[in-house]
Amino acid sequence: MIQADLNTILPEIILAVFAMLGLVAAVYTSKDKLAPALVWVTGILMVLLAIWIGAAGGVDKIAFNGMFIDDGFSRFAKIAILLSAACVLVMSQEYMKRRGLLRFEYPLLVALSVVGMMVMVSAGDLMSLYMGLELQSLALYVVASLRRDSAKSTEAGLKYFVLGALSSGLLLYGASLTYGYAGTTLFSGIIQTAIHGEVSVGLLFGLIFLISGLAFKVSAVPFHMWTPDVYEGAPTPVTAFFATAPKVAALGLFARLLHDAFGAAVSDWQQVIALLSVASMFLGSVAAIGQRDIKRLMAYSSITHMGFALMGLAAGTVFGVQAMLIYVAIYITMNVGTFAFILSMERDGQPVTDINALNLYSKREPGRALAMLVLLFSLAGVPPMLGFFGKFYVLRAAYEGGLAWLAVAGVVASVIGAFYYLRIVYYMYFGEEGSELETNRSPVLWVFLMASAVIMLLGVVNMFGVEGAAAAAAATLVN
Amino acid sequence: MIGLEHYLTVAATLFVIGIFGLFLNRKNVIILLMSIELILLSVNINFVAFSSFLGDLVGQVFTLFVLTVAAAEAAIGLAILVCFFRNRGTIAVEDVNVMKG
Repeated sequence: MIQADLNTILPEIILAVFAMLGLVAAVYTSKDKLAPALVWVTGILMVLLAIWIGAAGGVDKIAFNGMFIDDGFSRFAKIAILLSAACVLVMSQEYMKRRGLLRFEYPLLVALSVVGMMVMVSAGDLMSLYMGLELQSLALYVVASLRRDSAKSTEAGLKYFVLGALSSGLLLYGASLTYGYAGTTLFSGIIQTAIHGEVSVGLLFGLIFLISGLAFKVSAVPFHMWTPDVYEGAPTPVTAFFATAPKVAALGLFARLLHDAFGAAVSDWQQVIALLSVASMFLGSVAAIGQRDIKRLMAYSSITHMGFALMGLAAGTVFGVQAMLIYVAIYITMNVGTFAFILSMERDGQPVTDINALNLYSKREPGRALAMLVLLFSLAGVPPMLGFFGKFYVLRAAYEGGLAWLAVAGVVASVIGAFYYLRIVYYMYFGEEGSELETNRSPVLWVFLMASAVIMLLGVVNMFGVEGAAAAAAATLVN
Repeated sequence: MIGLEHYLTVAATLFVIGIFGLFLNRKNVIILLMSIELILLSVNINFVAFSSFLGDLVGQVFTLFVLTVAAAEAAIGLAILVCFFRNRGTIAVEDVNVMKG
């Protein structure tokens, strides 16, 4: 019995044990000299685990009396989390080394937060939900303030910590109400109480608190205030990490909770999610227009994109979950490429984040400028890039789910949002002569930028099979 | 006779005091940390009260997890606060303003 349970969570155990062994090894030997090797080993281990999880596939398993669920949905999310975290780790290695930030704790903290994310998407109980979420958040608070000697980075960490702890408090209060009124913390038990007629007021309060706690983690409006400051203040590789894996995990958890525990009360949460979605899309699009710092701009862009992903969830159907998974898979691929570009922006060896620095960039670096153009068009959702198909799926899901007004609002918001992406393209190709921007010639960054851009173009053909995988994953979640 | 609703009222009051402490306090980051603890404690009261009235132990197990995580969270919060103090020489909430957001 316990043997089968432990086998089910073997990937998580391997990664957690690796992180702890790495910690001990680095402390007792050469400390930070070990860090570059540790980054590569962690990245490779994550890729291997992703391959293993993908190849093992097959049967859905439930471990620890329903606390941990290993199904198609969790496997899809885990592969996305592991691969994006590995990409970001490998990308960040050189940037951090040159700025003296590459401490051995960095890859290990990322590994621990990935363990937390893997538990989150597999949670089958309010307790495993909370433990996974906290393991992820506590590691992220520390990596946000990784640059200990910078006022900006520590302030980002402090803000993230205070607001993150508040959101955990809200989530827990919701969990306690849900426990009290459902009589159990198991998702499979909660859904049973909801099936018997109406959802009680206490359970409804619990649901609302749980949703607001999770909305903090996905940075949906009106719980988004931390996002721009944390994205700007944290070191750029950490920002890249924030914009990818934790978003997948939080959205996965969101979908898991709403469908597994409250799947019988779709009409109760549908309007709330739709409201979060429409507010995120509009605020993200409008507020990004005034930003001159590309990291802040990416923060508002991520708020907008989370709005679109939540639109798929708001549909409350199998197709809606499928659309959300496709959207988020495309979104992290675009973000890896975009951040590979942002990481290579520098002047005299110092990182530059001002978008004015990109003036006439295409004259100096035509290849990179073209790749960035493809990525920005894709982020804006211009056909025929892959980003358009992500938006198309969620809009269709919302329309078929009976939320036509939400789909219309989504189209309007994406038109507004296209402005600030296209403005960067304008600067790169037709801007004024300004101070020169230098480019870091790291081959790793070049490979990630080009690969991401090529995927955005070639993915149109068959999406590399993501569509079918997402459909299978969504089918295991919604019942 | 003290019933479930009395416990829930105390917990809800503590929760609201904690939330107000986070948003109205303009003085000191330490007070923010205390408010967060207050929120988590109100949740614990909720869990234990429900657990006792439902005759189900899961709520008390949850409380133990929450207590442990709260301790880890406070440790990390204080560590970040120490780093912040070294850089800025202050822990007043109104001085947490290098970035406007």
